[in-house]
Amino acid sequence: MLNYSLNELSGLLKSRKISSVELTQSYLKRIDSLNPKINAYITVNPEASLKQAAEADIRLARGQIQPLTGIPIAQKDIFCAKGWKTTCGSKMLSNFVAPYDAHIIECFNNVGAIMLGRTNMDEFAMGSSNETSFFGPVHNPWDLSAVPGGSSGGSAAAVAARMAPAATGTDTGGSIRQPAALCGITGIKPTYGLVSRYGLVAYASSLDQAGPMGRTAEDCAILLNTMAGFDPRDSTSINRPSEDYVQSLSAPLQGLKIGLPKEYFTAGLSAEIAQSIEVACEVLRREGAEIQEISLPNSPVAIPAYYVLASAEASSNLERYDGVRYGYRAKKYKDLVDMYKKTRAQGFGPEVKRRIMIGTYVLSAGYYDAYYIKAQKLRRLIANDFSNAFDKVDVILGPTSPQPAFNLGERSNDPVSMYLSDIYTIAVNLAGLPGLSLPAGFSGNGRPIGMQLIGNYFDEARLLNIAHRYQQVTDWHQREPSL
Amino acid sequence: MSLTSNDVHKIAHLARIAVNNSPDDTEQDEISTWLAQLNNILGLIEQMQATETNDIEPMAHAHNLKLRLREDCITETDHREEFQAIAPEVEAGLYLVPKVIE
Repeated sequence: MLNYSLNELSGLLKSRKISSVELTQSYLKRIDSLNPKINAYITVNPEASLKQAAEADIRLARGQIQPLTGIPIAQKDIFCAKGWKTTCGSKMLSNFVAPYDAHIIECFNNVGAIMLGRTNMDEFAMGSSNETSFFGPVHNPWDLSAVPGGSSGGSAAAVAARMAPAATGTDTGGSIRQPAALCGITGIKPTYGLVSRYGLVAYASSLDQAGPMGRTAEDCAILLNTMAGFDPRDSTSINRPSEDYVQSLSAPLQGLKIGLPKEYFTAGLSAEIAQSIEVACEVLRREGAEIQEISLPNSPVAIPAYYVLASAEASSNLERYDGVRYGYRAKKYKDLVDMYKKTRAQGFGPEVKRRIMIGTYVLSAGYYDAYYIKAQKLRRLIANDFSNAFDKVDVILGPTSPQPAFNLGERSNDPVSMYLSDIYTIAVNLAGLPGLSLPAGFSGNGRPIGMQLIGNYFDEARLLNIAHRYQQVTDWHQREPSL
Repeated sequence: MSLTSNDVHKIAHLARIAVNNSPDDTEQDEISTWLAQLNNILGLIEQMQATETNDIEPMAHAHNLKLRLREDCITETDHREEFQAIAPEVEAGLYLVPKVIE
């Protein structure tokens, strides 16, 4: 049962061959046995999950069936869910029980999906290895000495280890795609504005976007059908007609124009990943795609521009953690300012503090133009690069991450080397485009290799279509770690 | 441009982050760690300057959005009790903080 697709699970539930309670129990049992090794979940609450499952069984008995009714889904611990601890991987929120539901939690609740648990993540989604979590690192199911990637590392590991049929993530600079690549699963960061940010704990609001993480493109399409849609409570939510991402999954790829950015295939990229993508290109050619080289000349400045903009937004967004209204408060302090300072010094981990301080600095008087405005101008140039590329090709194909999963501890003392793990994903967030990562092979030491498809604005259906066609003729996505 | 220890003190103060918190770290040690790490990150950020950006319009967002207007009507109900139930310290419906006015 643990290897069934969402569609197969829905079929079993519909025909009453299994109940939602049984399905949820089998996943809870799997979590119980594997979580001590993998640490993919921060919180599980069997009682609450099984109560939801029993309610879903009543719906199913009445024939009120939607594609996710009765199916347990793991939720990244960044989405507020009423009555559930929502920690965002931080000591600051380690006691925070959300008083309301995020938009996407409402979406899943409305169709009768089950909250299976809350997945581990880098603190406030700041990290690329899941090592900044206050609740300890997540271990990669393919090799427990390797990182799962981050920040949605718990979600990626949970799906790879069959500790959840599917999960959600958020992606500010690569946080869905990079862990999807490192754990050998499929994940899509939608176009900025497609999925509401209401109730998503904010990191960098002009870049944050929630999206699905699953074993296959088809599973991601089913999740995205539930998650996407206009929400007036998010001022950047886009009001546009809804799409069915499942319907177009099998469309032929005949005549599809794929561009390979030459800037992505340079010395920094592992030879094994470059080779996997070459092989994948052959597969896509056989499916009818035409492949050509393109250029994204401003790629090298994406990381520096991102660390100015994301840190600036983070320093402002995280001002709210002051120990007054919710979350952690220091025990001893002299006065109000001292309470703020001690609360924040004790409540935040080092990576969060680094980004807040960088953000504070780049926004401070005298430096604003040199850093913040400069970075916003580069952001425009990066978006223009993509726009020029999409005049020539339909989609862009490249690596998701420069190397397969690295070892735990390998980069945790060197922030800059950690930042470079997102070199191929960050520009997509700056431009606000959709990006999808899917499995494309394995390294010599058995760690998954991912590749990334980048689409034009709102071209999620096409990305999922290409990934699905690829997954019909390859089996990387079906490989399972031995645990 | 590199930061100095004084800059780090100033930034940490502006960001309301105490810098000598950990009991086994002396304040100076913590500052020098921050100093080295922040300067490394700023070194990375400095790479931005290599690209010419004269006459480029800064980009704040992916989409050219206009802020929406909504009907002028009540959309939120009173959640004071729920919200205060998760606060560190409250009394009589008020959030408590250390005295700020002598």
